[in-house]
Amino acid sequence: MTWTMLDTWIVVAGVLCAMSCALLGNFLVLRKMSLMGDAISHAVLPGLAVAFLLTGSRSSIPMFVGAAVVGVLTAVFTEWVRGFGKVEEGASMGVVFTALFAIGLILIVQAADRVDLDPGCVLYGAIEMTPIDLVGVMGRFVPRAVVVLSIVFAINALFVLVFYKELKISSFDPGLATTVGINAKLMHYLLMTLVAITTVASFEAVGSILVVAMLVVPGATAYLLTDRLGTMLVLSLVIGAVSAVIGHVAAVIVPGWFGFSDTSTAGMMAATAGLLFALVMLVAPRHGIVSRLAHQAALRLRIAREDILGLLYRQEEVGGRSATATIDFHRLGIVTGTGPIMGRLALLDLRRRGDVVARDSGYHVTDKGRSHARDLVRSHRLWECYLHESLGVGVDHVHASADRVEHFTAPAMREEIVSSLNEPGRDPHGEEIPRE
Amino acid sequence: MAHAAPPSHAILGAAGFDLPSWDQVVRVVMLRDYNTRVVLLGTMLLGLAAGVVGTFMLLHKQSLLGDALSHATLPGIGLAFIFGVAAGGSGKSLGWLLAGAVITGVMGIGFILLVRRFTRLKQDTALGIVLSVFFGAGVAILGVIQKMQTGHAAGLESFIYGKTASMRSADAWLIAATAALVVFGCILLLKEFLLVCFDRGYARAQGWPVTTLEIVLMAMVTAVTVIGLQAVGLILIVALLIIPPAAARFWTNRLVPMLVVAAAIGAGSCAIGAGASALVPNLPSGATIVVVAAGLFLLSMVFAPTRGVLPLTLERMRLRQRIARQHLLRAIYEHAEHAAGPAARGGHVPMRTDALMRARSWSAPQLNRALKTARKDGLVEQTPSGEWILTQAGSTHAARVTRNHRLWELYLILFADVAPSHVDRDAEEVEHVLGNEMIDRLETLLAESAEAGRPGEVPASPHALAMAVHSPREDGKPGGTR
Repeated sequence: MTWTMLDTWIVVAGVLCAMSCALLGNFLVLRKMSLMGDAISHAVLPGLAVAFLLTGSRSSIPMFVGAAVVGVLTAVFTEWVRGFGKVEEGASMGVVFTALFAIGLILIVQAADRVDLDPGCVLYGAIEMTPIDLVGVMGRFVPRAVVVLSIVFAINALFVLVFYKELKISSFDPGLATTVGINAKLMHYLLMTLVAITTVASFEAVGSILVVAMLVVPGATAYLLTDRLGTMLVLSLVIGAVSAVIGHVAAVIVPGWFGFSDTSTAGMMAATAGLLFALVMLVAPRHGIVSRLAHQAALRLRIAREDILGLLYRQEEVGGRSATATIDFHRLGIVTGTGPIMGRLALLDLRRRGDVVARDSGYHVTDKGRSHARDLVRSHRLWECYLHESLGVGVDHVHASADRVEHFTAPAMREEIVSSLNEPGRDPHGEEIPRE
Repeated sequence: MAHAAPPSHAILGAAGFDLPSWDQVVRVVMLRDYNTRVVLLGTMLLGLAAGVVGTFMLLHKQSLLGDALSHATLPGIGLAFIFGVAAGGSGKSLGWLLAGAVITGVMGIGFILLVRRFTRLKQDTALGIVLSVFFGAGVAILGVIQKMQTGHAAGLESFIYGKTASMRSADAWLIAATAALVVFGCILLLKEFLLVCFDRGYARAQGWPVTTLEIVLMAMVTAVTVIGLQAVGLILIVALLIIPPAAARFWTNRLVPMLVVAAAIGAGSCAIGAGASALVPNLPSGATIVVVAAGLFLLSMVFAPTRGVLPLTLERMRLRQRIARQHLLRAIYEHAEHAAGPAARGGHVPMRTDALMRARSWSAPQLNRALKTARKDGLVEQTPSGEWILTQAGSTHAARVTRNHRLWELYLILFADVAPSHVDRDAEEVEHVLGNEMIDRLETLLAESAEAGRPGEVPASPHALAMAVHSPREDGKPGGTR
């Protein structure tokens, strides 16, 4: 593709919209109100129509005011239906925004003969048309959408900076916010007002679908990457901006791969944000699926490894050090709940670490492995004692619980059990508790 | 009465709608047109099925899932069209497009489950992500289609806003068959769905296949959403899944009646909406259906006897009135008791209004209202000098009220170890809601103690009545008028 000034302006408008929305979206995600953007962006339709019917003009300011007012009313009505009607929150939002949207559609279709107020235009927007509508700013011609969106972004950024502390407390703990004298309700409606203003200011330029996406997706993505609010805000801004840039490029390039011409930039920006989210969901360092699965697998491997060591140690106790132990992986898998494959992997890992050696068609623990195994068996039997003597669990029932906690018992914990039980010598089954 | 001017010349607001002629109304209402019959039947069945499935979704607190699901169908519709054209057809076969819708819709639900299962994001965020991203992708795909050389995308847009009028009889039959299947399935699985929706944990503990049942429910929602796309459009189908059940919830606390009411509201609003849309030009069917449903919701929310706002408010007002009356009667009764000793029980000692005013911390309007209604019901009379005295009926009533109050006070003193100086206020909190059964039990419990007196007799107050103390309360709190 050849990059022109038009592309620059489209991308600038997209980035500004994405950043304005992403900033507020963080708080919507944290407050479990992600769908408020969707609701408001649908519900502003009657506001636009009524403003037009009242003033008879398509000038921006009455439209803007009408839509913003209905946007805030959406939040208010939702609260009423939830509060007075005792309807569940999601459902009350659904009732309010679909009803308003339907009223808006009827009004617009009635007015359609007289004015170009295409509901499709509201939904998809015409971001590609951004560079055509220019206004003069300080002697240069700049697209009107860019000017409007810059102002919106500045307002949102100022709001977040000024009320950072209040937003933070009331998002995480509205009860605490009220106790320390912050008006959580006021913050809620201020936020809703800004969401409405941002939605309305954006959709003429970029379409509401991009607004809805950018109100949810960057915030959600950032939330998976960090546990700190400040970092989350910055990350969401970056993610929003990156999706906008890549989205525009993709809108021009991707359809070409399949032999089509270019497509809707706003839609592609939303789709790109979704792809970024999916990517982060997979590979985020702490909250990503891959790292969580890897963490779980490592834990299971360790448990299987420790169970094999314990098994070999107990066999040695019965038959002496020269006894040859075979391992029934199927049974081990059932006992440890990890499956036979994990057992084999664990054995391989033990041999690699030099804890276990294969000899005389069987397996033996090495000295290194034995000391680790002794700790485990000691933990296990100490726990059995503790469960039986201090908690009164029956002798027949202590094994399973001890088997589970033995893997998570540090030396300090063992010492506490020892001191609380006065150095027991044997476990409830009569087996000797090995010394460290 | 047809409107003279064609719509394009009509002045906005003043004559927005072209009203239908009487003949037209008769034709639609009597279902004379084959086309009208098809459209009305199709949308009614759709509304019915959506009401039934939506009820379970509402009880499951999953109402907005339909919103995400319906938005997620758009890319499927677009892709199906592209593949249809690529395969040499027009790409506009309804079954083909709906199959595409089902595929991406199910993918959307799968993604929601994935996000909820594997990340710390909540349901609302998962829905928001799927809704906006899938819809965005759909818009991008429609954008491609619009610039395609072969075939044109006209008609695909009708899936977004709905276009009932374009419904053909084959489409209506598809809707009818799906709706029947869904309703039948719901009736068959009524008990199971009920259990899963109300107490998932219990259902699981009882050994029900909860996950399978939830998947069946999702499949039904998907089916209703997809067949509803053509009738009301993907943005408004969610309204049919949410609004009728939410409205039905106001009418009843039981599941089966709620299902019936939701189905009726769904079918009714679809019939009225589609009918109106067929009559009035320029009235989009989907939007009209939703506006009718929203109107019914509003009526239900305000007027429904079981949980409506107005009946509940009236009931609260009646309770408040009853409490005020009981306070009034007891105040006069105790005044008489205090002034003339227990011998003069019955409240036949006239009491001045300002003394009444001091007896409790009530406002003058509250007291006046209580006095006015009590006089109207023949419980109190005004002496020529303007003082208040109980009538015979009022005296009986007052005796009963006072007796209840004191029985409860005695109970609190004897069984709950409340100090006699504190029981007055505590008793006021409960005395108004004590049923006859509770009074009987109190009598049995207190039968042993001498203070309770014989059944039917008003026991003496367990604490000093001290009218002076009764006036402005020490703690300044408003008296038990609540």
